[in-house]
Amino acid sequence: MSAIVILLIASISVAALFLAAFLWSVRNGQFDDDFSPPRRILFDDPITTPTDKTTE
Amino acid sequence: MQVEKFYYDNKIVKWFAYATALWGIVGMTAGLWAAIQLYAPGAALNFAPTTFGRIRPVHTNAIIFAFVGNCIFTGVYYSLQRLCKARMFSDKLSRIHFWGWQGIIVSAAITLLLGFTTGKEYAELEWPIDIAITLVWVVFGINMFGTIIKRRERHLYVAIWFYIATWVTVALLHIVNSIEIPVSFLKSYSWYAGVQDALVQWWYGHNAVAFFLTTPILGLMYYFLPKAANRPVYSYRLSIIHFWALIFIYIWAGPHHLLYTALPDWAQSLGVVFSVMLIAPSWGGMLNGLFTLRGAWDKVREEPVLKFFVVAITCYGMATFEGPMLALKNVNAISHFTDWTIAHVHIGGLGWNGFMAFGMLYWLIPRMWATPLYSKKLATNHFWLGTIGIVIYAVPLYWAGFTQAQMWKTFTEEGQLKFQFLETVTHIIPMYITRSIGGSLYLIGALLMVYNLYKTIAKGSFIADEASEAAPLEKQTSHVRQYWHRWIESRPMTMLVFSLIVVAIGGAIEMIPTFLVKSNVPTIASVKPYTPLELQGRDIYVREGCYTCHSQMVRPFRDEVARYGEYSKAGEFVYDHPFQWGSKRTGPDLARVGGKYPDSWHYNHMMDPRIMSPGSIMPSYSWLLDNKIDTASTPAKIRAMQTLGVPYPKGYDKVANSDLMTQANSIRLSLKMDKMKLPKMQRS
Repeated sequence: MSAIVILLIASISVAALFLAAFLWSVRNGQFDDDFSPPRRILFDDPITTPTDKTTE
Repeated sequence: MQVEKFYYDNKIVKWFAYATALWGIVGMTAGLWAAIQLYAPGAALNFAPTTFGRIRPVHTNAIIFAFVGNCIFTGVYYSLQRLCKARMFSDKLSRIHFWGWQGIIVSAAITLLLGFTTGKEYAELEWPIDIAITLVWVVFGINMFGTIIKRRERHLYVAIWFYIATWVTVALLHIVNSIEIPVSFLKSYSWYAGVQDALVQWWYGHNAVAFFLTTPILGLMYYFLPKAANRPVYSYRLSIIHFWALIFIYIWAGPHHLLYTALPDWAQSLGVVFSVMLIAPSWGGMLNGLFTLRGAWDKVREEPVLKFFVVAITCYGMATFEGPMLALKNVNAISHFTDWTIAHVHIGGLGWNGFMAFGMLYWLIPRMWATPLYSKKLATNHFWLGTIGIVIYAVPLYWAGFTQAQMWKTFTEEGQLKFQFLETVTHIIPMYITRSIGGSLYLIGALLMVYNLYKTIAKGSFIADEASEAAPLEKQTSHVRQYWHRWIESRPMTMLVFSLIVVAIGGAIEMIPTFLVKSNVPTIASVKPYTPLELQGRDIYVREGCYTCHSQMVRPFRDEVARYGEYSKAGEFVYDHPFQWGSKRTGPDLARVGGKYPDSWHYNHMMDPRIMSPGSIMPSYSWLLDNKIDTASTPAKIRAMQTLGVPYPKGYDKVANSDLMTQANSIRLSLKMDKMKLPKMQRS
């Protein structure tokens, strides 16, 4: 059991860092494109021109 | 860039859709059967496999893992391909996944009916099936992540995150909770004991609700609702936030299933706090779903698919409001162990899961067979039957739960308990009858759906491979400053690891201290390991699913102490592999019931409970009077317990059976003195 305990404790510290990053990003309004993804799924037509990745 | 042509695999979606409908009907029928037994004990047919204690796990497992499970796979295999603009990673893995899962379901049904069970709710399946589940789940994972990796759309749509979180967490939950020590091919003991087993089990149980019945279905909602309404989700940002909040908070809430039990107080409080917090991300999802229909409510009037989705999401909102309320200690003091809990889960099961599944099937089948639905009117009738069914199901059970809790807690002016336990049961039987009518309506609705879909399929022509085109992903070369969330979205494996970490933190913080801090489980000198006969008897208790109706946990309330004796302490359960605290008192609590009644009372009561308690709704267990214990299994069981730390003396496995016979003979003698007719006893 102790091996699992050690692994879990290690993951807690990593998770704390991750959470801090998450909270930081929310406060900074880091989410850029939240317009096109929800609309894109509505179109099942085959895409003929590649989407412009640089605007992301 | 060259556009690639490829085909979506609809065949696998079709199979999973068929399985969803089939197991839905099977699971609901089992549920109805179990419900009828609560007022007509004769419906158990005096036959071991059809008693409530075995039918009920069949019902819960069939609904959760067969009906909802196949519904999830249907939706995931359909939407993931389209969201990734790619065919599934491997057709062969898809097939292995499908047949593997159905094989697990069939073997689960057979073994549960035969009484092979671990005795842990929603994790009843024995160890070989647990291993099979793990393997098939890995196959599903490889197939899913393989598809994500070879996708032609860089952005991972919100639904895919929900699928990923589901896969990761269910894998973790299943493995941790299923750690058990095999005694024979189909019998094992939980690795954990008592309080620790309870904590692990409800960490699992609660998160099975969270990550099997909630997150994947939310993923389906984020795909199928916008598609059916033909408008984008209300707020994409909200979906991102509520996703992370949900998976982080959910994992901590498990102990709310153990309020006022022998679980340490700090763990209970932690569970309460996080349960209350859960309301925010849950309602975030609910509101996001309902607001998606803003300006489109006219479509809801016309379209049965949307009708189903609207009621499903509303039920999700109700259940996730009620959940935090039930997790408050003062509310839980009333609701726990009563039918209130059953009503609550059926708002989620019938409303949220069932209606999402129905709506999705009504939307999918016509599309894959390129034909309109056979009858919208029939689907609308199904909708109304189902909705009214949910109301007629749930309201009587809320009533029953509240009534029974009040009756349990009522004292006379002289300070005596006012009601016998049995009186509190017979009082709510009318509610049980009404509830089964509600359930029947719901089942009839589902049968209408099967007919409707069958007619749709008959007139359409199936598109097995649906053509599509998309450009392959460009290699990302530009290093414009990227935000971390975008960075994670484009790296499914990183995200997998991150989700695992997020999920592990909650479980770890709750579990590690209980395992490590010995003071959490004070040992009690008088608590001795089970005698070999008691151990065998306990296994019968587990086998017959007694825990589906009886608790073994006296909570520290005046009425419970008056009715059942001193409240339960953690130290009493240190040798319980698995714990059997139960979650519902259809019958009275059985903690320390051994020796309370004469042996002859039990003998008659097992033969026909109504001889000893007129009006009892317990099934009769007459076959137990003739069944023989397989004493050959005793040494292996003792050895397994020794491995788990139960302090039997060294070499006890060899002499255990003689102790067993001595104890059995003394009971036999006492039964004889009470002039019971006994079958011939044999030494084996």
